[in-house]
Amino acid sequence: MAHLRRMAAIVLISWLVLPLVPLAIWSFARGWTFPNLLPQNWTLQPWAFALSPQSGVLHSLWLTTGIALAATALSVLLGVPAGRALGQYKFRGKTLIELIILAPIIMPGIAVAMGLQSVFIGLHLNNTVTGVVLVHLIPTLPYMVLVMSGIFAAYDPLVEDQARSLGASPGQVFRHITLPAILPGIIVGAMFTFLVSWSQYILTLVIGGGRVQTLPLLLFQFATSGRNDITGAIGMIYILPGVLILILTARHLTGRSSAITGFGQ
Amino acid sequence: MQDRLKITLLLTPALTVIGVLFFGGLGLSLLRSFNYMPIIGMNDPNLDAYRSVLASPQVYRSLALTLYIAATSTLIASVLAVATALLLRRSFRGRAIASFLVHLNLTIPHLVGAIGILYLFSQSGSFARMAYGLGLITKPADFPAIVFDPYAIGIIATYVWKELPFITVITLANMQTLGNDHESVARTLGASRWQAFRHVLLPQIMPGLLSASAIVFAFTFGAYEIPALLGASAPQTLPLMAYRGFTDVNLASHPQAMALAMLIAAVSAIMIALYTRALRNKRRG
Repeated sequence: MAHLRRMAAIVLISWLVLPLVPLAIWSFARGWTFPNLLPQNWTLQPWAFALSPQSGVLHSLWLTTGIALAATALSVLLGVPAGRALGQYKFRGKTLIELIILAPIIMPGIAVAMGLQSVFIGLHLNNTVTGVVLVHLIPTLPYMVLVMSGIFAAYDPLVEDQARSLGASPGQVFRHITLPAILPGIIVGAMFTFLVSWSQYILTLVIGGGRVQTLPLLLFQFATSGRNDITGAIGMIYILPGVLILILTARHLTGRSSAITGFGQ
Repeated sequence: MQDRLKITLLLTPALTVIGVLFFGGLGLSLLRSFNYMPIIGMNDPNLDAYRSVLASPQVYRSLALTLYIAATSTLIASVLAVATALLLRRSFRGRAIASFLVHLNLTIPHLVGAIGILYLFSQSGSFARMAYGLGLITKPADFPAIVFDPYAIGIIATYVWKELPFITVITLANMQTLGNDHESVARTLGASRWQAFRHVLLPQIMPGLLSASAIVFAFTFGAYEIPALLGASAPQTLPLMAYRGFTDVNLASHPQAMALAMLIAAVSAIMIALYTRALRNKRRG
């Protein structure tokens, strides 16, 4: 049994790592032709090109970061209050509200974005960064609400009553009682909300019309043009935020937290 | 009463944004699928787009392919995820690494996984090179087509790679919440290891597993970039077909694209219903 377990563990670990290996190797390869198992020549050329202005990678990197930050900030602003309502109160129609929050997380973006695009043209939001930020709210906002609802469900509002009875103003209660208690939850939720926006492809393609070229769009373009070395370098850059966020939040990330629900996509 | 007002104030901003963007967008797709778009003078809603979509053999082939990909990926990922969760439940050497990698995969965008699968399985990819090294093939074309293939193996492999960790993390958390007690009792009463799993543990983790599977099915049914990168040129999956119609210069194909989008939305609506039902069972059970 222990033997079987060890075998299974080796298979699992290999399978999880395997697709990332050629991607990483390609980013350091010069002319890695069939049938060589490893590149004949190692080079930093793909990285130099990817980080040079003419490749457009850095531009896409800042663009993708900016869009994800904006979508995250708006999601926090709107999602924290809504999460409080859902996590702390029982009320009529709550099941319906939860369904309304859940639907945009599960429904494929293509069905929504294609309809939205016709109106965005009229509003001059098509092919703009603002339009892309707005359409990214469709998955990010419900996700943040879901995370915050979980945080508030575990939060005891009685402390607020005590502070109030001791004469604290609503502003003071929020600043000194509520915020410190929920801040860790907000930070973790915000980081994963950032990743949800960071991973979007079809929403950006439909609303950005190919003009708003985020990293995944650029990555796809290089992947289909056969530039495996540049693709490898962009791929490595593209997964970096996820790795960093995982290292920062590892102990918060369990399947029990509602934060996981958004990662089926 | 005061609570009621407070709840309304807390929820209104988020619900307004979701309502306008999500339900607005979905509603517009629906209207356009009925050929209704007053701005460009289309004032008479009709079912023409659905008629032509439902009369097209291409659409049925595409629907069959999309259902096949979603069902196969979800099934394989779910079964392997339960096995992985069972593995990670016990301690062994390398568990920390395996657990880290499972979580790492959650954060990696699908597109990166798809490119990795492409570089592994293509006819000049890593596995083809190994096959050459072992003398199994003499040129790239001898290697079986695993990507851009009619069976969508590359697409399914990508989904399994990416969704296995997702279902594993949820299932593992369920198992840890449940604890070992029930299984231990079954074992002391003479149940075999398999019986304890099949009749005691599995029924308990089933609602969580089903809800996670519903999310995975909806995603794999409606995703665009993975089949766009790894799919055969024909038949294409429904999202690709919808997007192609949507970007067609011929405006007449737009309502049909919207009708296909509604088909995708309908399938995912069924998955949302399954998800909420499974969750309700979990809360009750």
